[in-house]
Amino acid sequence: MGAQKKRAAAAAAAARVSEDPDDLARQPLQAILLADSFTTKFRPITLERPKVLLPLVNVPMINYTLAWLEAAGVAEVFVFCCAHSKQVIDYLENSEWFSQPNFTVKTIESHNIISAGDALRLIYEQNVALVDIACLLKLVSLSRLKLATCYTLTICFLVVLSFKIHGDFVLISGDTVSNMSLTQALQEHKERKKKDNNAVMTMIIKKSKPSPITRQSRLGTDELFMAIDPNTKQLLYYEDKADHSKGTICLDKMLLAENPSISLHNDKQDCYIDICSPEVLSLFTDNFDYQHLRRHFVKGLLLDDIMGYKIFTHEIHSSYAARIDNYRSYDIVSKDIIQRWTYPYVPDVKFCGNRATKLERRGICFTAFNSEIEQSRSAQVGSFTVIGYGTKIGSNSKISDSVIGEGCTIGSNVLIEGSYIWDNVIIEDGCELRHVIVCDGVIMKAGAVLKPGVVLSFKVVIGERFVVPAYSKVSLLQQPTVHDSDEELEYADNSSGTVEFSSIQGTADQSNGEMTSESSEAHKPKLGTGGVGYIWSICEGGQEEEWRHSVAPIPEDKLTELSEAMDDDQELVTQDRTALSTSGELISDSNASEGDDNEDSKDDSVYFEKEVEATFLRAVEENVKVDHVILEVNSLRLSYNMTSADCAGAVFYSMMKLAIKTPHSSAIGLLTLYPSPFSMVASNAYPIYLSGELQQNTANIITTWQKLLKSYLLEIDEEIEIILKFEEMCLESAKEFSPLFARILHILYDKDILQEDAILRWADEKEGADESDKVFVRQSEKFIQWLREASEEED
Amino acid sequence: MPDTQVLVNDFLNKLKKRKIEGSQATARQTAELLRSVISQQRVPYTNQAGALIDAVKAVGEQLIAANPVELAVGNIVRRVLHIIREEDLSLTTAAIGGLNLSAVSDDENDDDRDGDSTLSAAAVAAAARSTLRPPSLQTLLEDTPVSAAVPQTSSSGGDSEGKSKSADKSSRSRKLKHDVIEAVNELIQDIVTCHEQIAEQAVEHIHQNEVILTLGSSRTVLEFLFAAKEKKRSFRVFVAEGAPRYQGHLLAKELVARGLQTTLITDSAVFAMISRVNMVIVGAHAVMANGGVIAPVGMNLVALAAQKHAVPFVVLAGSHKLCPLYPHNPEVLLNELRSPSELLDFGEFSDCMDFGSGSGSPLLHVVNPAFDYVPPKLVSLFITDTGGHNPSYMYRLIADYYSADDLVVQRRATAGN
Repeated sequence: MGAQKKRAAAAAAAARVSEDPDDLARQPLQAILLADSFTTKFRPITLERPKVLLPLVNVPMINYTLAWLEAAGVAEVFVFCCAHSKQVIDYLENSEWFSQPNFTVKTIESHNIISAGDALRLIYEQNVALVDIACLLKLVSLSRLKLATCYTLTICFLVVLSFKIHGDFVLISGDTVSNMSLTQALQEHKERKKKDNNAVMTMIIKKSKPSPITRQSRLGTDELFMAIDPNTKQLLYYEDKADHSKGTICLDKMLLAENPSISLHNDKQDCYIDICSPEVLSLFTDNFDYQHLRRHFVKGLLLDDIMGYKIFTHEIHSSYAARIDNYRSYDIVSKDIIQRWTYPYVPDVKFCGNRATKLERRGICFTAFNSEIEQSRSAQVGSFTVIGYGTKIGSNSKISDSVIGEGCTIGSNVLIEGSYIWDNVIIEDGCELRHVIVCDGVIMKAGAVLKPGVVLSFKVVIGERFVVPAYSKVSLLQQPTVHDSDEELEYADNSSGTVEFSSIQGTADQSNGEMTSESSEAHKPKLGTGGVGYIWSICEGGQEEEWRHSVAPIPEDKLTELSEAMDDDQELVTQDRTALSTSGELISDSNASEGDDNEDSKDDSVYFEKEVEATFLRAVEENVKVDHVILEVNSLRLSYNMTSADCAGAVFYSMMKLAIKTPHSSAIGLLTLYPSPFSMVASNAYPIYLSGELQQNTANIITTWQKLLKSYLLEIDEEIEIILKFEEMCLESAKEFSPLFARILHILYDKDILQEDAILRWADEKEGADESDKVFVRQSEKFIQWLREASEEED
Repeated sequence: MPDTQVLVNDFLNKLKKRKIEGSQATARQTAELLRSVISQQRVPYTNQAGALIDAVKAVGEQLIAANPVELAVGNIVRRVLHIIREEDLSLTTAAIGGLNLSAVSDDENDDDRDGDSTLSAAAVAAAARSTLRPPSLQTLLEDTPVSAAVPQTSSSGGDSEGKSKSADKSSRSRKLKHDVIEAVNELIQDIVTCHEQIAEQAVEHIHQNEVILTLGSSRTVLEFLFAAKEKKRSFRVFVAEGAPRYQGHLLAKELVARGLQTTLITDSAVFAMISRVNMVIVGAHAVMANGGVIAPVGMNLVALAAQKHAVPFVVLAGSHKLCPLYPHNPEVLLNELRSPSELLDFGEFSDCMDFGSGSGSPLLHVVNPAFDYVPPKLVSLFITDTGGHNPSYMYRLIADYYSADDLVVQRRATAGN
């Protein structure tokens, strides 16, 4: 493998030598840069500043993208600005990007765009309009022609001349960091295009393993599933919103039929860099409902087999590419930049007018420093830290793994860990910041503490000794009241956010002081004495997900919780596999086809039962309180959408299972290790023991856990369900119980778990059933008889 | 001068984005850029040299700041500054000499720029030069004119012309610029041909049936070995591959293409093989004033291994790689930390760099320094385009090429930047 890698490296070096930059220059390459992410993940910061201008290791994000585009040989970039377009355009005009030779940046501004799809449609329309004018001018000379001919001619010209977008273009959003070389990808794309006119897009992907525990990539995005033809690299399937609770993904079986080989990946990361043919623009126009580039466009193309458009992938290996999608990826990409994966776009290389920084060795690692910082002697600046120009650091302050912007003042005894502090922030003595983002102009009064995951938006003031709770977001602006997690609405929401912003900025300037005083009055208790700002409430349903996308690392307890859940999942998988293999060997087709029909619902209930059983066993082992078990089972019930009758059945089932296992200590050992798959084997392996002992065990367990069981027995129906379940068990999985059926029924009755009505109703129901079904009814005939008499007596 | 500004910006961009690789290419382009800066610069009647120096310094500062690690840029800027000073000086002395000896030396037409050939002019020049900088050891020892050793000699024709018109102020201003440009042209020529000049000395160093070890790939080393091969020397070459960029592979390929016996080894095998080696010949990124070498990473190990087995460690360096600075903390300050992706595949190790769990700080750090510092005591010999030199002689050589003023000014300027 080592040799292989070296060979690859040598080959890469050779390629670098032979690679001619003029190759690209033959046809000027164009790029469309979307300076808006069309999401709200960076709120509240993005209410005041567009995402592309947020500093990433002290350089606005868009600079990384532009610097890369320039280096990759792109000649012309159309920057599409929507939200805060004025800020973006102002920034670009004052930057050096407009004065670059061989690299032109043009801005397109639009305010009523709410998605990437709209943006591309607008570009297409502009192109068309441009060409229209050009055509009309030409046609003036041919004015003798009839109008209709003119029209057709226009269309002809449109096709021939194409538009401002001359050929293939790179589609990228302004929050992408990369250092890849486009040459090869572009060449592949062009060659494919030559052979097959339907190959409209090449998507750049990169290997990156998702975390098996959290089911998300290291960039904090959801696990991505892709099916790729290993030979042609054609993308066949794309799913970024897979339902992990099921643990399955569904592929169209036509995929398997049509393609000789498919490789299914979950370890690829979508870099959100696309090389598109001009057709892509028209496709967006044709399908006016396409909004999201991936969710609508890519999936739409993959599903649409009429037009037969194809998307291909290009995997990059040694170079870096990542898009900043959420706070977590902001954190991760920042760290990647500091660790120099994005070389040459690193803090000590001046790639876009950033100030000179120099590296200093701290221990074995490196820290980027600006030459002009004031640092106290006793301040400790740890490794992987970038400190901006003109920042002052007080004595005994500790800073590690952080990025600190320009002109900040940091007091003494301050602790900063894994945080991102932007420009002109004042942090007074004794503050503690761990894994937070602090925007420009924030003032933290002495002793304030920011818990992990906090985001402080612009100019917030945190009062003395105030502790901002974890994952909270603080802004001077109030949280917009309209909040909906629905994707479509989020787009709409965003646009309204921009409008709202412009109005606020207007007022903010004239009434800055007024606003501060007002808000500090109204919200004094919220941010401590002298604090200014609103703590945004975390939107409902978001709380669960907050840790996924936050800058803070995932807390330990979350990880253990998740890994436990995952263990259960794995058990399920193994269980499934064993079940599958046995059924495959032993059971004939009839059974399998039957399974297919109601597989989904059946699957669910099976999973549910397993989950409940696992929960119950854990409860028994760890002596969890009954109330807690009830809570857990309830949550399971909700997540699997089950009725309480199902719960009762499942709980009862697990109790009975436990009863069987109890006498055999060796079996327990086994079972705790491999609870579900082996339980059957175990129960079959030790079928012989005294029924008295079993009965005793059952009685004990029922006594201990009767409260749990009872909490699900709200009505008589649930009780009947239990009896039916028990019957089923006796017949199938736990035959040991069959001789004891009547006795255990009696125990249940004694413990008040089953009411006589339920038993009687069950007996009545069974009246009309087959003989085979009546085995247990007959077995407990005496008991039923006794019950009937008792009730009659009462009457 | 908008067009010069464009050129400067273009070059700055390239430097900043690390688009130019190799010190020779950088040096050549820097010199060419400075030449156009000089030619575009309007020169006042008085203090023309000062104006030129200011112009070059202004550009030079930006260039050095753009990529402080590429020392060749700073070297060339200083060389050009030195050239301007020297030319100015020579014109002044020639003017004085011309006034004194106009009758005598009018027909003097030899290649002597400094006017040293005429005795009185030589005395004046020597006096003037001693105020500028101490005389070169070489000039003292060999009693040869500086121009013989220093490559910035202007063309011969210009000088006699200069002498004849030396009294004329307006023509002198044109003259200075012209001379400087001529000298810079020579400098460029020197940079371009440095490989050949170094390679000419190959036969003196490589003998029959020797085993030569080298690390990584260097144009200079390649030409050097070819030159020896062409002179019908037969020898073997061990090439250490030069991780992590593995340029040694390319070198091995080229050597084999020219019919040289080549053995490719890993860097870590250098110590095992060094006992069989007669001489280590390597290229350098830069040679510092104390004789220390900034070289591709891994070189220090090779040098130590060579010292252990008393194998000569020879460094080939064109004169543009001579840097007048002393290395201070070279491992960090004169180093370039490149992307870790050269070391390992990001995808394979992406799970090790999941900062989302644990304490949030990465457990795996990958550091990929581009350069090594080899201290002067480990270097046996430098071969430059002017011949072989001891490490301890480097500072004298540097005194020939640079004026002391420029070092200080430049450094102060960069520090204040």
